[in-house]
Amino acid sequence: MSSISVPGAVPVPESRKERENYLNIQHTVASWLLTLDHKRIAILYLLGITFMFAIGGAAAAGIRIALVRPHDTFFSNEVYNKLFSIHGIVMVFFFLVPSIPAVFGNFALPLMIGARDVAFPRLNLLSWYLYMTGSFLMLLAIIFGGVDTGWTFYTPYSSVYSDTNVSLVIFGVFIAGFSSIATGVNFLVTIHKMRAPGMTWFRMPLFVWAMYATSIIMILGTPVVAITLFLVAMERIFGFCVFNPVCGGDPLLFEHLFWFYSHPAVYIMILPSMGVVSEVIACFSRKRIFGYEFVGFSSLAIALLGFLVWGHHMFVTGESMYSGMVFSLLSFLIAVPSAIKVFNWSATLYKGNIWLSAPMIYALGFIGLFTIGGLTGLYLASLAVDVHLNMTYFVVAHFHYVMVGGAIFGFMAALHFWWPKMTGRLYPESWAKLAALIMFIGFNLTFFPQFILGYLGMPRRYHYYLPEYQAWNILSSAGASVLAVGYIIPFCYLLWSLFKGAPAGDNPWGAVGLEWTISSPPPSHNYDEVPIVTWEAYDYEPVIQAELAGAAVGHPLMTTEEPYIKETE
Amino acid sequence: MSTVELEHPTFAPQHVGHQFEELDQQNDAYIVGIWIFLVTEIMFFGALFLALTIYRYNYATAFEEAHNALNWKLGMLNTFILLTSSFFMAMAVRAKTLDHRSETKMWLGLTLLCAFGFLTVKYFEYSAEIREHHFPGPTFRWEAPSRANVEANTPLIQMSEAPKGIAGLGNYTPQPIEHHAHQLFFSLYFIMTGLHGLHVLVGILVLGCLWVLIAVKHPAVEDYIPLEIGGIYWHFVDIVWIFLYPLVYLIGRQ
Amino acid sequence: MAAHGTTHTHEEGGHHEPHVVPVWYYVGVYIILLVLLVLTVVVSRFDLGALNIIVALLVAVAKTSLVILIFMGVKWASRLAWIWSVFGFIWLLVLFGTLGDYITREWVHLPMGW
Repeated sequence: MSSISVPGAVPVPESRKERENYLNIQHTVASWLLTLDHKRIAILYLLGITFMFAIGGAAAAGIRIALVRPHDTFFSNEVYNKLFSIHGIVMVFFFLVPSIPAVFGNFALPLMIGARDVAFPRLNLLSWYLYMTGSFLMLLAIIFGGVDTGWTFYTPYSSVYSDTNVSLVIFGVFIAGFSSIATGVNFLVTIHKMRAPGMTWFRMPLFVWAMYATSIIMILGTPVVAITLFLVAMERIFGFCVFNPVCGGDPLLFEHLFWFYSHPAVYIMILPSMGVVSEVIACFSRKRIFGYEFVGFSSLAIALLGFLVWGHHMFVTGESMYSGMVFSLLSFLIAVPSAIKVFNWSATLYKGNIWLSAPMIYALGFIGLFTIGGLTGLYLASLAVDVHLNMTYFVVAHFHYVMVGGAIFGFMAALHFWWPKMTGRLYPESWAKLAALIMFIGFNLTFFPQFILGYLGMPRRYHYYLPEYQAWNILSSAGASVLAVGYIIPFCYLLWSLFKGAPAGDNPWGAVGLEWTISSPPPSHNYDEVPIVTWEAYDYEPVIQAELAGAAVGHPLMTTEEPYIKETE
Repeated sequence: MSTVELEHPTFAPQHVGHQFEELDQQNDAYIVGIWIFLVTEIMFFGALFLALTIYRYNYATAFEEAHNALNWKLGMLNTFILLTSSFFMAMAVRAKTLDHRSETKMWLGLTLLCAFGFLTVKYFEYSAEIREHHFPGPTFRWEAPSRANVEANTPLIQMSEAPKGIAGLGNYTPQPIEHHAHQLFFSLYFIMTGLHGLHVLVGILVLGCLWVLIAVKHPAVEDYIPLEIGGIYWHFVDIVWIFLYPLVYLIGRQ
Repeated sequence: MAAHGTTHTHEEGGHHEPHVVPVWYYVGVYIILLVLLVLTVVVSRFDLGALNIIVALLVAVAKTSLVILIFMGVKWASRLAWIWSVFGFIWLLVLFGTLGDYITREWVHLPMGW
């Protein structure tokens, strides 16, 4: 069992700064751009996706500004179409899909399994360059006037009739897709082959299970959307006949192929968040996750079942009634593993020693908001109800509840949970709690009215609507401004903490996990000696005993030289 | 299953990446890695086969007529070339495992020769098809000498003048209706064989680099694994063609 | 160049000798593949109705299996490699579930409601 020993037990910040870690080992730009260290690549990804999130957020701001009035004259029809298209494409392909896997998967996964790096570090770096290239092409397309096809690129509008920069966007998404595939291959081989001795599958943290399941989806689904968009580009650029009904093509074939990836893609976005929630709930309840095996298997079940339900996006666009019935039934079934997770997290909280830290607030928010989002998905999975609700704001609200209330809250939880480990700094906890609250309020204010709007019949992707919808739209836009504040505050204090934050110890949360046994920030090579794992995951019993006895915390096998800084409010 | 005694065991000190503990772990990781990558390729090409299947199901007659225009003999020659190249590739990896450098270079060279041969045949095929105006797009013309020709050149959808005054039509003008589903077949044919050809080209680059590295005794190819991985990729390119040839060139009838 | 003879280098830990396949294995498989190719072409010249496509697929699957097992060495590879080599093809079948939509589009509604 390896542990980093610090000569002398005095928690002096200076001694921490002197210790060599992955951040200060080299300072040149080249050492960052040519790094093979998974931790540095994670930071590079974080910079990239934060920028793209800002772009997608700007588009969202445009949408909410436009929708304040029933007959918007702020933007023309064409520009509004471009706004929601860009918002969707950027947020899905360039923010949500990479987010947790590329940042926290890259950073924490090797640490959690006791490895020195991922299996293929050069492939890892290549995946970042692919992501940045794809993002660059997307930005270029936006500068040249964007696209107005919606993020769903339905044909033949996207492949024949639209006169916007569809091919350029497709090229960008195509390349970013390869980034995803590379990440998936890397994580799968890493988890299969590089676990520390003694870390059996059932001793792995649940975040690792989640990364495994996510990687499976990435490698099975992304190639299909890649070739589909490629076909659209061929039809567009060379005039081939693939999806254009005029020469015999079937637009519904495009939808089948597109949704075959894009539905599992939403599970790429949510599974990592669920993995994070498992880590955070376990740590801040000081308890092993209830039903560990169930939660682990449910990740795999969601990954595989997620490939069987794509037709529920096509109930009203022309697929046969019989296949609609099959997809509806399967869509109900996939609620089961998700519900299993929610029940298990709740059972974990029961009689746990709850510490309401900022990551915990985000994780708890996830559970509630994801449940709402998931349940409303069932409404949409019912064939008859979907006829009324499809293509309305109900759908928009549903997926924002799972994508923002679910995936992004999970991302924020991960960001706060692992921030001390990644940067060696503590962020200001009170500001973080305030921001979490503001985000929760802003989010619900933005998107709950949209359920009502959808129920009342307001179609999505329109910027003219009936006057009776205006009150809800104004509420939604007001909520969006609160939500924006909720995003800006963490950006500010996290940045601040890099320079002025209190130095973090190895294990500021008293968490159980291999990543908490090494210094914050970790050394480049992670572990001096490969740890040999002899304990079960989430073995919090000793931690509780130590804390109840009043001693400085940490798993007895993971002593740190200094007490962790627990804020008492 | 008996194994051959190694005459020249590859026990040379080989570089193990810092992230791995031992050579076996590294080698296993690379083999598992290339197979997982091939899963993505299966899904990539598989979607094209799905499109082919669906459209064949919908347009059986047109697809049968269209596929008759393909040169099945050249396709068969190409299949023979690729199967032979797979044999050569397997022999090359075997030779590398036994550390027979010159033998490896020979087999690998023959593999590359086959690859070039494949692309050459495709060049002739494509040239003929383009000359016959079977390349999809604005230049496409279907002229089959049969009753079906009339049907083929009859518009699939009758479209009259766009009614005026309908909001939202914008710049839309009705496209002159070209052809029946023959163009659909040829679009899929060119895309599938084109992407496959691209993979052959990538294979040539990868195997070519390996050949050069082996020739100059570069340390990166001291171990047999890089060539084995290149070989696995190459065999997969062969497998795609094994499905492509019968399903595109040969099967047309319902 | 490789160290010949008996010198083992243990600095990198245990190293298993790679499995070497006898030449006649490869030659035999190659010949079978060529025979199957001829079979595919010959069968396609006759009109056997639905059987044409079944035979074509079976032969293609047979050829692929031979290539995967022998040429790509899966027969002697780890179980993990074996699993991943099969998994992709199995999952492709899920994608082909799309056909379900096209086949059922023509179905007549069930009588007597339901």
